[in-house]
Amino acid sequence: MSMFSIFGVSGSAVSAQSQRLNVVASNLANADAVAGPDGQGYKARQVVFQTVPMGSDASSGVKVSSVRESNEPLKRVHNPAHPSADAEGYITQSNVNPVEEMVNMISASRSYQNNVEVMNTAKTLLLKTLQMGQ
Amino acid sequence: MFANMTNALDFHAKALVLRADRQRVIASNIANADTPGYVGRDVNFKDAMTAATTRTGALSPNDSTGVTHSNHMALKATTASFGNSTLAYTSQTQPSMDGNSVDMDRERANFVDNSVRYEATLRFINGQSKTLLSAIQGQ
Repeated sequence: MSMFSIFGVSGSAVSAQSQRLNVVASNLANADAVAGPDGQGYKARQVVFQTVPMGSDASSGVKVSSVRESNEPLKRVHNPAHPSADAEGYITQSNVNPVEEMVNMISASRSYQNNVEVMNTAKTLLLKTLQMGQ
Repeated sequence: MFANMTNALDFHAKALVLRADRQRVIASNIANADTPGYVGRDVNFKDAMTAATTRTGALSPNDSTGVTHSNHMALKATTASFGNSTLAYTSQTQPSMDGNSVDMDRERANFVDNSVRYEATLRFINGQSKTLLSAIQGQ
């Protein structure tokens, strides 16, 4: 039955969106992380989505092809009292933009919900099809 | 005689298969709503249905599906899946920088519309089979 592949398509999307949510969570958790003595702070990460053909031409799922690090410069904050401050009194923080991450989170959550609803509808329709002729 | 009774059922069966296929296409669009460069697809249902209903009768004699003996009857074509000709690309309603042409509002509306029509087709089939059964039983 061709409608069963909806679960594959929407399932791949749900999995990709949850991975995106995972990356957002990791970015937000490290938003205020301070770089160690080597000066290498946390860099914001973004997922890259890619279409995956599934069987026929008509159905295509989605996957996370790679996770990229942001090239934005790390934040330099003047805080001489901080134990990690350098000679000029600056500390290096991650380049995460919390506002962008929150927007990203809402978008991922909406897409996730959409795909779950698609699966629920497909399930209802399949169950009704099973009862055909009764 | 019996063919006349089941012709209408056959029509709805083809419609049901096409509806299921369209449901899959829309599900793919919703799944790829955030994929850069993805171009949405949709089905021209009228063309697909016309193609499915005109493609009636037995498969061509060269096609030996199910025929392993000269006395076998050829199987009728039962699948109504659409070809690539009826599968079109959607255009961008609000163009975005990443080239994705999926409009989530439109896809959601299409999805609900298609599921309601799928259920309607199911009810037609159920009603018709009930009518046939009550005619057979004569009670």
